[in-house]
Amino acid sequence: MLIPLAAVALKAFSGGLGAFWHAATGPVVLQALGVTLSASLIVAAIGAVMGTLVAWVLVRDAFPGRRLVGALIDLPFALPTIVAGLTLIALYGPGSPVGVHLAYTRAAVVVALLFVTLPFVVRSVQPVLIELDREAEEAAASLGAGAGTTFRRVILPALRPAILSGAALAFARSVGEFGSLALIAGKVQIASIVIYADIESGDLQSAAALAVVLMAISLLVLAALRRLGARVAH
Amino acid sequence: MRTSRRSRLGLRALALGYLAALLLLPVGLVFWRAFEHGFGVAWAWMTTPAAIAALSLSVLVAVIAVPLNTVFGVGCALVLVRGRGRGRGRALLDAFIDLPFVVSPVIVGLALLLVYGQGGWFGDLFLRHGMRVVYAVPGMVLATIFVSLPFVVREVAPVLLEAGDQQEQAAATLGASSWQTFRRVTLPTIRWGVAYGVVLSTARALGEIGAVLVVSSNVAGQTLTLPLLIYQRDSQIGSDTLTSVYAASTELAVLSLLVLAVMTLLGARRERTR
Repeated sequence: MLIPLAAVALKAFSGGLGAFWHAATGPVVLQALGVTLSASLIVAAIGAVMGTLVAWVLVRDAFPGRRLVGALIDLPFALPTIVAGLTLIALYGPGSPVGVHLAYTRAAVVVALLFVTLPFVVRSVQPVLIELDREAEEAAASLGAGAGTTFRRVILPALRPAILSGAALAFARSVGEFGSLALIAGKVQIASIVIYADIESGDLQSAAALAVVLMAISLLVLAALRRLGARVAH
Repeated sequence: MRTSRRSRLGLRALALGYLAALLLLPVGLVFWRAFEHGFGVAWAWMTTPAAIAALSLSVLVAVIAVPLNTVFGVGCALVLVRGRGRGRGRALLDAFIDLPFVVSPVIVGLALLLVYGQGGWFGDLFLRHGMRVVYAVPGMVLATIFVSLPFVVREVAPVLLEAGDQQEQAAATLGASSWQTFRRVTLPTIRWGVAYGVVLSTARALGEIGAVLVVSSNVAGQTLTLPLLIYQRDSQIGSDTLTSVYAASTELAVLSLLVLAVMTLLGARRERTR
């Protein structure tokens, strides 16, 4: 596992530091990084809000079919990512039955990433919400706090680590995602698609340079997650 | 927290609407598209030689990769949780085991290309012995193993940690060998965790595209898995290729619904034994 990744790093620096810097700061690379990182940030933010909402409804609400909905949350993990991309083209692409045409735009990239990262926040918030002590909420309510205040002051602080770690995982996944975007991204320059194009055209050096930058970002997120995890455990 | 009926219904509608737009409608539509010309047509597309070859290659790759990952995963979890001493090696292993989750699959493919490809570190060595790794099935298996590596470890390690080692020590005190202890005490404790990890890695192995795409030669009937077949067919324009794309992806979607059902059952089972 480590040998192949080390080979990528060595390849990136094989032309010396200057060559790496030149390849890593080329206009295509910078643009791809900008698009990828901004899309991933948007996905992490929307995913955090909607994922928390979905987890809330699944845990605290009761309605027929709740178990089925709960099982469906894992669908993006079970469904091959290429099929995920295809399903979104079927609904929001050319010939869309609902008249929304997003395919091959940045919005489509965000939707595809929201799809594949949906389980991260839901699955990390859900268990915390189940374990959450309701007495503190009742105390807040009996002291006259409204639903909004109780949520903001009592529930949200308890959920924050879980939301953050779910969102960070979603972000990390988004940065490297390829499968679901391969069909839907079109001409939008996503980092992993640029790497693939470089490999296909035989430009392994550029591919490796961008790969090293992406790996550095992933490692940073991973390190941040571990610190977060250590803080929660103590 | 007590919420008014109206806000509760509002939240519920918002959550379910989001899930419907993101999950249910798109997936349903793919099924509908695949079968809109009738079940017979879809079946005919699913049973073309290329599609059958792709399905059997997908299954073959998973059948090789998943057992290897399971054995490695259980061993790795044992080292992480039960290993003696607080060596640096263990902390490093713990940190690196998640790498495949955060490294882009395309980078995994690139890495294998650089090591096992022509002119790569070991590539020429294998080629001299008449073995093609990259642009052939062995490379695709390696790529699949790489991306689905952490699932079993990450499912088994917490179960081991929670169960503690008292029972294992008791077994050892009563004279059980370490193999007996593992088979009679440890394995029954972690079996649902192992099963869940196996299902997750199977799903990933069957659906992987990025890493496999880079190291496949993309020849129909030889090195195309089902996801690769979809990718290749989708770039050829034409209405009948499009329907065959939907048929192939319906095949994959059915497989993943099965996986999902098993996951749900195992998940419930696992919760109960905890």
